[in-house]
Amino acid sequence: MSTLSEKGHLTRDEVAHLARLARLAVTDEELDLFAGQLAAVLDAVAQVGKAPVEDVAPTTHAVPMTNVFRPDVVRPSLPRDVVLAGAPAAEDDRIRVPRILGEEA
Amino acid sequence: MSADFTAMTVTELQSALADGATATELTEAYLDRIAADDQTLGSYLHVDPEAALARAGEIDAAGEKTGLAGIPVALKDVVVTEGVPTTSGSKILEGWTPPYDATVAARLKTAGTVLLGKTNMDEFAMGSSTENSAYQVTRNPWDTDRIPGGSSGGSSAAVAGGLAPWAIGTDTGGSIRQPAAVTGLVGHKPTYGSVSRYGLIAFSSSLDQAGPMARTVLDAALLHEVIGGHDPLDSTSIDAPLPVLAEAARRGADGDLSGLKVGVVRELGGEGHTDGYEDGVLARVAEAVALLESLGAEVREVSCPAFDLALAAYYLIAPSEASSNLARFDGVRYGLRVGDDGSRDLDEVMALTREQGFGPEVKRRIILGTYALSSGYYEAYYGQAQKVRTLISRDFSAAYADVDVLVSPTTPTVAFPLGARVDDPIAMYAADLCTLPASLAGLPAISVPCGLSEGLPVGFQIMAPALADDRCYRVAAALEAAQDAARGSRFLDQLPVRSAGESAA
Repeated sequence: MSTLSEKGHLTRDEVAHLARLARLAVTDEELDLFAGQLAAVLDAVAQVGKAPVEDVAPTTHAVPMTNVFRPDVVRPSLPRDVVLAGAPAAEDDRIRVPRILGEEA
Repeated sequence: MSADFTAMTVTELQSALADGATATELTEAYLDRIAADDQTLGSYLHVDPEAALARAGEIDAAGEKTGLAGIPVALKDVVVTEGVPTTSGSKILEGWTPPYDATVAARLKTAGTVLLGKTNMDEFAMGSSTENSAYQVTRNPWDTDRIPGGSSGGSSAAVAGGLAPWAIGTDTGGSIRQPAAVTGLVGHKPTYGSVSRYGLIAFSSSLDQAGPMARTVLDAALLHEVIGGHDPLDSTSIDAPLPVLAEAARRGADGDLSGLKVGVVRELGGEGHTDGYEDGVLARVAEAVALLESLGAEVREVSCPAFDLALAAYYLIAPSEASSNLARFDGVRYGLRVGDDGSRDLDEVMALTREQGFGPEVKRRIILGTYALSSGYYEAYYGQAQKVRTLISRDFSAAYADVDVLVSPTTPTVAFPLGARVDDPIAMYAADLCTLPASLAGLPAISVPCGLSEGLPVGFQIMAPALADDRCYRVAAALEAAQDAARGSRFLDQLPVRSAGESAA
């Protein structure tokens, strides 16, 4: 991807591109609003660039923990009908989904 | 008239139950207050009086009179509850009824508490005023034209307003402490990993923690002890025993802090760092520090330079994690689905569902997070923010080499008017200025009331090293006891209980 411009700037088109990546069908009004607001937010968060971070390791997690295992024991899962009851659409004991390919496919 | 259960602390409710009151009477008292006042306060998204009374009846029938059996509780709507609607304040989950309980909810159930209802919140816990809820406005009981804080603003308004004796909140960047501060409650964010995240609807997984919001320090400690501790269902849960918290609160209330070393953080409202802080807030905090000193604490100023970048780092890390976490709301397995009319493919249905299901702040953060994680920008934004996070942790470690706890205001200002910051995300984010460092470092921090400014509550924050949550409770209890003694009443007694007649107007 190459449609993003220089750091610290977010144009309306870039916001539209990011919204597409995030599967958000934003409206024109939202694009106008978000472009301005996000530019201001980006300006504020860009301050992290000022930090003296040479030789500083990133923190992904405040509590260092790796390889948390549990015994490999079968446990009951949620009943199928209970899960399907929460699904937006169900058919033949399965979650029904829209087709995954467009018309042209 | 019998005793007013809705003005009592939980320890007083426990005594009342031991003296013959029933869980049903307690539950009825709170349901009555909810019926009378929640039209005004808007603190609950879901209340089921019949279910609450049925549950209370079961507890009474079982004759349980110990621990928390029969004590009502409210849960922030981010906590998944079996058979009880859970929305996380979002339209994308409207009408969803979870098929399981979060560990926090399960532990409260096992303890015999009675669920009053689910409280309002900023959508997906993103906000500092609860104005980002997709459902309703929540009002501060101290001044109903002002915000109750956020994102746990339904919980804070309910507890301060007498519509629940205590409540569960969650805190990602300050969402327990800030609403507690602006409504005159005690709110504690536990050490990251010490309260299970299983069944909390995720916002920022490396930061989210559930914790207690209560009327007193001791109540908060009792609630924390019930929900905390290792949970194999959360792989980030710390496999170590909780410190003893209620005992620490009781000990703190004795008022002897001799030998305790307290660091006042310069970067959080100290010299050269007062921009955006109200004078009244700084004055109350200075008085609280002096009070700790009079109880024997040794006070010094401490500098944590990286804290100046906490807000910038947080608003990269949290949106980045959120953009990933919220990908699960795709209209496939649960919740809202829009546009599934046979003519649209999965991608289009997903985009329409998320467009209609998410509110503006959630969209802004998803877009920002997507940007910060995108190729070519990752290092400059997300990567750099994670390094700042390391610097913040180092500042804490250096400070704790010299002091036992760090203190600051909880928020730079008292509760601001509803609507004042909704169009200005940066101004809204500034409400979390003081609470973000402890969040980023995963450390425990408590907010305890330290007086009024312009008639509104001011919060005092006490931060401690990882797994030393007991220190937060001890120091907070000492401050609370000394202030209560000087005042001759509890902090919340200054908030006049509104009568049903008044609120019906």
